[in-house]
Amino acid sequence: MSRPVAIDVSHLGKTYDKVRAVEDLSFQVYTGEIFGLLGPNGAGKSTTLRILITLLNPTSGSARIFGLDSVKDADRVRQTIGYVPQERAIDRFLTGREHLELLADLYHLSADDAATRIPQLLKLVELEQQADRPAKTYSGGMKRKLDIACGLLPDPKILFLDEPTLGLDVQSRLRIWDHVRAMRERGITVVMTTNYLDEADQLCDRIAIIDGGRIKALGAPNELKVGLGGDLVSLTVREHDRVEKLAAAIRDLPAIRAVTTTTSGLDIRVDSPEKALPAILDAANRLTCQLEFIDYHRPRLDDVFIAHTGRSIKDDQPKAEDT
Amino acid sequence: MKEYSQEIRALTMRWVRRLSREKFSMLFTLVQPMLFWLIFFGNLFQRAADMQVTQSSSYISFLTAGVVVMTVLNNGLAGGVDLLFDKENGFLERLMSTPIHRTSVILSRFIFVTTITSLQVLVILAVAWLFGVHPVTGLAGVATILLIGMMFGVGLTAISMAMAFSVKSHGDFFSVLGFLSLPMIFLSSALVPLAAMPGWMGFLAQFNPMTWAIDAVRPLILQGWAEALPHVGMVIGVMVVFDALCLYGGARAFRRAIG
Repeated sequence: MSRPVAIDVSHLGKTYDKVRAVEDLSFQVYTGEIFGLLGPNGAGKSTTLRILITLLNPTSGSARIFGLDSVKDADRVRQTIGYVPQERAIDRFLTGREHLELLADLYHLSADDAATRIPQLLKLVELEQQADRPAKTYSGGMKRKLDIACGLLPDPKILFLDEPTLGLDVQSRLRIWDHVRAMRERGITVVMTTNYLDEADQLCDRIAIIDGGRIKALGAPNELKVGLGGDLVSLTVREHDRVEKLAAAIRDLPAIRAVTTTTSGLDIRVDSPEKALPAILDAANRLTCQLEFIDYHRPRLDDVFIAHTGRSIKDDQPKAEDT
Repeated sequence: MKEYSQEIRALTMRWVRRLSREKFSMLFTLVQPMLFWLIFFGNLFQRAADMQVTQSSSYISFLTAGVVVMTVLNNGLAGGVDLLFDKENGFLERLMSTPIHRTSVILSRFIFVTTITSLQVLVILAVAWLFGVHPVTGLAGVATILLIGMMFGVGLTAISMAMAFSVKSHGDFFSVLGFLSLPMIFLSSALVPLAAMPGWMGFLAQFNPMTWAIDAVRPLILQGWAEALPHVGMVIGVMVVFDALCLYGGARAFRRAIG
């Protein structure tokens, strides 16, 4: 069962001016997987990422990258990793090629190595045509591709991506996902932060849900969904004063796991929808409780998030990012 | 060592490339200080300024030293601006996530600002030459002026970078910058000798490092080595202390910001 470990985080904590950004985080990232840190803004995922890439020192605990300590061996860690910051970390006045040339010197590549690797990377991310135009003429998707090329320049064993598709259109988003998957095929371990549930769900092999600086859940998206137990039936009830009575009646029915009251009605976890649905409808009829809306779905990552943090990830996202 | 110089060369080239891409900005940085101050101010006050007071053959020849040091001041105080933007858009993080020596970025900035400032000083001295201001100490004097400019510039750039790393937003940075630069000029011997100032202004101007720099540059242009040397010796001493303080503060701000 034990897989080779790329990153070992142990009881990590970071406090800024008495505010705890992250607290007692422990997790491992396995070699060759895509690992996601999922959480709303301000949850502590960026802080965690910055500690892993040696830009922040933890106040307690430790992070080891291939056995190297993120503080004591910072310089060697930096030689092992690639980093793709958020979108605007680009010099508008430099061309795509010049970005890569600059980084080649900062990673101390020889002129020969740089001359072979830079065209390869430009080809990989499909920026050959635009390589000699200043980055200010690039679209959001192109900037992101340049970011990724920059992250791959040192030929890293681990690539860190900070919100890789934030603010991108759907098509660019899918292209970036393809690139990330291609990296996994090449044997690169990928660690990324995201506050998009679908991204965590479809792209990541395993995720850590972070909220309030702590890990709330950890595992493969499917495991987490299965772990919730049962499919979900949501009822919207017209007369709200009957909700409690209905809940009491449903609790005793077969194939029902759990019933919780919501603002508009009931959330019911069921083992088998075939048995449960007719029984639920029957109970509602018997109590002459009118239903406005019935929703049935398999557990989604949303539900996992709500179950572990007690709220929806979208609750505190700023409006600007919804567009 | 080879790696260190590779990093610094690449980072310095980035600043040069950026400047060369901003053609207008380049033109204006080179032209503006001398255009406004030397040509207009210098000629405008030609008859209004009292030669007995300025102790020079023309107001423009008196003003040249002031304009040289003002250029050093403006460039130095603005020296951190590009790092401020790098910090705000995350480029600095990208640079710092690479295995470079922690001081390379800062050092590249010092090299760039110092070089550009020295070029501007030479342009100003050339324009002043056209208006009949011929430094009496010759090329060696010009070299000494550049040295003083560099020493003053290093401290100012360090202050600017310290501010860039400490401020919450670039709005704060530019407010402080705007607030600082004019009083620094008026409360110095750039426009009027200390002796001719109102008492309280003259008193304050004594503590301005700009005054020390100007008082060393001016005799190099107007009077000669005999008058200049004591001032040059003094200013070098003052600047060593000034730079040491600024670099210490800058290093602390940098460590706080970069972790």
